[in-house]
Amino acid sequence: MTLLENPPEAPAPEAPDRPARANWFRMLLADPAAFVSALILLLVAFVAVFGRQLAGDSAIKGDLSLSRLAPFSLDHGWQYVLGGDLLGRSLLGRLMVATQTTMSVVVPVVLISLVIGASVGMWAGYHRGRRETVAMRIADVILSFPSLLMAVVVLYIFSPSIASIIAILAITRIPVYLRTARAESAELQTRLFVDAARTFGTPSGAIIRRHIFPIVLPTLLTVATVDFCYVMLAESSLSFLGIGVQPPDVSWGLMVAQGRDQLRTQWWLSVLPGLAIVITTVSANLLASWVRIATDPGQRWRLTVPRRRRRAAGPTVLETT
Amino acid sequence: MTAIGMEVSGLTVELTTPRGTTRAVDGVSFTAHRGRTLALLGESGCGKSMTAQAIVGLLEPIASVTAGSVQVDGEDLLKVSRKRRRQLAGPTLSIVFQDALTALNPVLKVGTQLAEPYRIHQRMPAKRARAKAIELMRHVGIPEPESRVDSYPHQFSGGMRQRLLIAMAVALSPKVLIADEPTTALDVTVQAQILALLAQLRKEHDMAVVLITHDLAVVAEEADTVAVMYSGRIVETGPVDEVFEDPRHPYTRGLLDSVPVETERGADLSSIPGAPPDLFAIPPGCPYQARCPLVQDVCRAERPALETRAGRAVACHLAEGTAQ
Repeated sequence: MTLLENPPEAPAPEAPDRPARANWFRMLLADPAAFVSALILLLVAFVAVFGRQLAGDSAIKGDLSLSRLAPFSLDHGWQYVLGGDLLGRSLLGRLMVATQTTMSVVVPVVLISLVIGASVGMWAGYHRGRRETVAMRIADVILSFPSLLMAVVVLYIFSPSIASIIAILAITRIPVYLRTARAESAELQTRLFVDAARTFGTPSGAIIRRHIFPIVLPTLLTVATVDFCYVMLAESSLSFLGIGVQPPDVSWGLMVAQGRDQLRTQWWLSVLPGLAIVITTVSANLLASWVRIATDPGQRWRLTVPRRRRRAAGPTVLETT
Repeated sequence: MTAIGMEVSGLTVELTTPRGTTRAVDGVSFTAHRGRTLALLGESGCGKSMTAQAIVGLLEPIASVTAGSVQVDGEDLLKVSRKRRRQLAGPTLSIVFQDALTALNPVLKVGTQLAEPYRIHQRMPAKRARAKAIELMRHVGIPEPESRVDSYPHQFSGGMRQRLLIAMAVALSPKVLIADEPTTALDVTVQAQILALLAQLRKEHDMAVVLITHDLAVVAEEADTVAVMYSGRIVETGPVDEVFEDPRHPYTRGLLDSVPVETERGADLSSIPGAPPDLFAIPPGCPYQARCPLVQDVCRAERPALETRAGRAVACHLAEGTAQ
């Protein structure tokens, strides 16, 4: 979720940096839920980067005497605080390793499909006409295949590696962003401020970059966080079918799938990685809704006006002459 | 006479709709001189805004220019390539819109937007463009520009927004400035300030200003020349004093008569009866025939041409008759 940990800077690049950054942090503090989400996502990012080193051998080498160890006891060291799996490997260690695998699939997929889908969508929506038609029909073709089925077919033909999973999932997710970006951009290009920019001779690329992108971005980020969950689940399904992440590598989805048979007896094998998925996606969603408010100048007062005063005075009008 | 800023001749805009093709602007010609204000006067729907859109190249897809030329600096804006047009837009020709709130991007700081012309046309680095933006804001009379430069459009009042828009339009000191009803959305005191600002900038930059308005008082106050439009055509032009003193077209006369002057409270205000003709069913002959008090047979049969006589032009068969 590197995407959401750094909320985009103020759209004005020439604004002085220091006070702007302090402002962002203060606005984050003003929304406790978003602040906690940001901390959780930072932790996830940290584990994704350093998890393998921290977990060490415990994630790979099993101790059969610790097989199916129940969680929440420190008797066998911190690595076994979340219990052990069937082969006696530390569940915490495996979760940490899985974080890296999961993130190295999900983040690139979301980023690639977001960047490609958004740029093509904004371009198509701005220019309308034939360019729009071609882009939208291609998106329709991609959407008309069930994306998981397409992934299954492609991954059966090519060897299931992380790179090919990323590629196929990214392609199937592009239309989601493309449609959103096109719809918003098509509406925005009729607005007067876009006309105004045209009358100053601003070229179309610059209009898309300066006037359309900042307005479309919050919507796209919201779509991206929803899609983030979808991609994570899609990756789990592929792993479950044996054409996704290959053992001994492990991902959250794969762990859920592998623990399914023991759900009645050793619930923690599935539930804990499932919880990791839920917590991460909920955090991403909360942070995304904060980003939407924080990037909208008309809504930003919700994060800057103290809560108490707001209740007393009602919505303040920031009109000044 | 001063140097010519823009010469529009025979401008014709056609609308293609499911009901058929119709002319919204029909052979409009006028000349705007540097340092002077030309007013395009007319009621709503007469084609004055469409004329402006055609000149700056912002016509809706259903409208297209089918004839005419717009000469600025020896170049025909309607014929140049799109790239050349982009280069000319800004330093040569620019426009002020009526609705300042929607003409400013709501999520960009005003400083960023004011800096845009410099960034695009002069490839100025961000810092210097920002300094220029502050200078511009001060120039158009926005108090404390250093702190307001980081505000967003919704944090300004209507008058201030209009000032920002004017600032953006004159950023590259254009030769021609089109002001499309710049004061219609403002209250009267602010209106006067904005018009004074436009006049001041016109003198400083020696711009030709084309003021599009339906407000007779604004025309009388600000313009040097006036072109009265009716149903997509110019029906009368001339120096403002002369036209207002001695209107030769019955429509102009009707407009002037509808201004309440020394009218008793409770007395009926005079108005022009009827409404402009449907653009899809313009009758042959004079478009004003249905509302004209002086209408005669010739008006129903023949369309009057715009005839120039001693600096004034009028499109009426009865021009001599109405001139007395």
